[in-house]
Amino acid sequence: MEIPADGFIVVCKRECDTCEMVAPVLRDIIGNGIPLTVCSQDDPAFPDGLPGVVDDTALAHSFRLAIEAVPTLIRMQNGVETARAVGWDRVEWQALTGIEGLGQDLPPTRPGCGSRSVEPGLAEELAVRYGGVHLAARRIETPLHEDDIETCFANGWTDGLPVVPPTEVRVVRMLTGTRRSPDEVVSIIPPNQAACTVEKVAINAVMAGCKPEYLPIVIAAVEAACLDAFCLHGLLATTYFSGPVIIVNGPMARAVGMNSGVNAFGQGNRANATIGRALQLVVRNVGGGRPGEIDRATLGTPGKYTFCFAEDETGSPWESLAAERGFAQGASTVTLFAGSGVQPIFDQHSRDPESLARTYAACLRTVAHPKIPLAADAFLVVSPEHGRVFRQAGWTKARLRQRLDELLQIPGADLVRGAHGMAEGVPESLAHTTLPKFRPGGLDIVHAGGTAGMFSAIISGWVASGAKGSQSVTKEIGQ
Amino acid sequence: MNTGMVLLDPTAELAPVRRQRLPRPEGLAGRCVGLLDISKARGDVFLDEIEARLTAEGVTVRRYQKPTFARVAPVALVQQISAECQVVIEALAD
Repeated sequence: MEIPADGFIVVCKRECDTCEMVAPVLRDIIGNGIPLTVCSQDDPAFPDGLPGVVDDTALAHSFRLAIEAVPTLIRMQNGVETARAVGWDRVEWQALTGIEGLGQDLPPTRPGCGSRSVEPGLAEELAVRYGGVHLAARRIETPLHEDDIETCFANGWTDGLPVVPPTEVRVVRMLTGTRRSPDEVVSIIPPNQAACTVEKVAINAVMAGCKPEYLPIVIAAVEAACLDAFCLHGLLATTYFSGPVIIVNGPMARAVGMNSGVNAFGQGNRANATIGRALQLVVRNVGGGRPGEIDRATLGTPGKYTFCFAEDETGSPWESLAAERGFAQGASTVTLFAGSGVQPIFDQHSRDPESLARTYAACLRTVAHPKIPLAADAFLVVSPEHGRVFRQAGWTKARLRQRLDELLQIPGADLVRGAHGMAEGVPESLAHTTLPKFRPGGLDIVHAGGTAGMFSAIISGWVASGAKGSQSVTKEIGQ
Repeated sequence: MNTGMVLLDPTAELAPVRRQRLPRPEGLAGRCVGLLDISKARGDVFLDEIEARLTAEGVTVRRYQKPTFARVAPVALVQQISAECQVVIEALAD
């Protein structure tokens, strides 16, 4: 049935007490000769005894009329809505219908009940069913009797673990997490140089297991990964271990429940696990970066399934990574780093910052190879118990970094090929120089981890760093 | 299980929807060819002929048999064939 172009529409449901209450009013409106179409969301026999009630149990009219609460009274003129009253408000209903004394026996006002069409989980189904959204992606029907999760494997869409099948309803639900339009291009993704839309990010976020509220973080991660400085194409193609590591800063990390504490790099937190995985699935599916094809890693790293964590800012002795990089307090950011894996630092005895800095330097020296300077960058992740040592001694992050820079000046004689019985090393011509382990800006420091354990960690980087490879990049998370 | 669920393509849609076949081998030299008898009548006659021809060309051949044509091959047999062979010829019909 078509909604009439002129007259009144009321949308109601039996299980709403306010709708029950206004049933006599509806009869009065009709009795006054005013054309009124009554749509019932749950029972076409409601209101009792009223002829011609429109069965809207499928909620098509409710969806198209954008009903949020019942009863809603709408005035239509020439096919256009000209007025609407939500819930019962006697003065409003009288003004709308022009009937003096309408509902005189009823209380002056009474709020309505939630429309069935906006019940959690249902709105997205209705959007798909009644054309409220347009998604451009190609539709792929799973073969009859094939498990849909197996279809995803068979199409080559997964990282080796099962994915959540990306149905239209799930993707629409995911897209509620962003204000951006589904057809907006987020980035051009290597190696295929394919245009990646918000919709494609959402599809892959569904598959990764994300909640809609994570989507802005995933979008920002995709944007960051595609910045030229990050060198995603080379990172994908390298035989080295590395893959994108995501570090999230700011209130959004806390808002979505990211883990920056106990087991921050490990399993068990949905946001950490699925945001990192979503980026990898975008790279795989939209970019075409598949292992064994463009991804030529000799060994790879388990972090290529997912490697994403938040910085513990509230417990940190220092300013955050985002603040260091000039982002305003209150901004939420993603930082992408071409990381190769986690190297533990064990130091249970240092109680003064100089000793701990020396421990860090000794461990950092071994990144990639103890005799290879100026190659891989690194993130030093300081845990709370180590952070306490620096806080109590009043060491700033800048002071620690400066001390590490000093401690990581290495005599060329120790680095040249053949030194210490190892063929690997720098050319003999550098024997009389002193070389820093890291390029300027190549060592970053963040704070994360559980409150027990005098350990910190190095996330070592890709041996192609800086302008000749990948630099870590930070992007603000939008909506 | 479902009956034809509709999924949204997560890829850049550069490849056709239909699943791509594995690349065909350029030749049989150096490869082991599995001959799979699915236990249909006279499948062995066909495979005997194929084996004779391939062997004459110096190709390594291994023979396998499914217990019954009515069911999919047992997992152990599939694993054995995929471990031992690079190419499989299956005798499907009577």
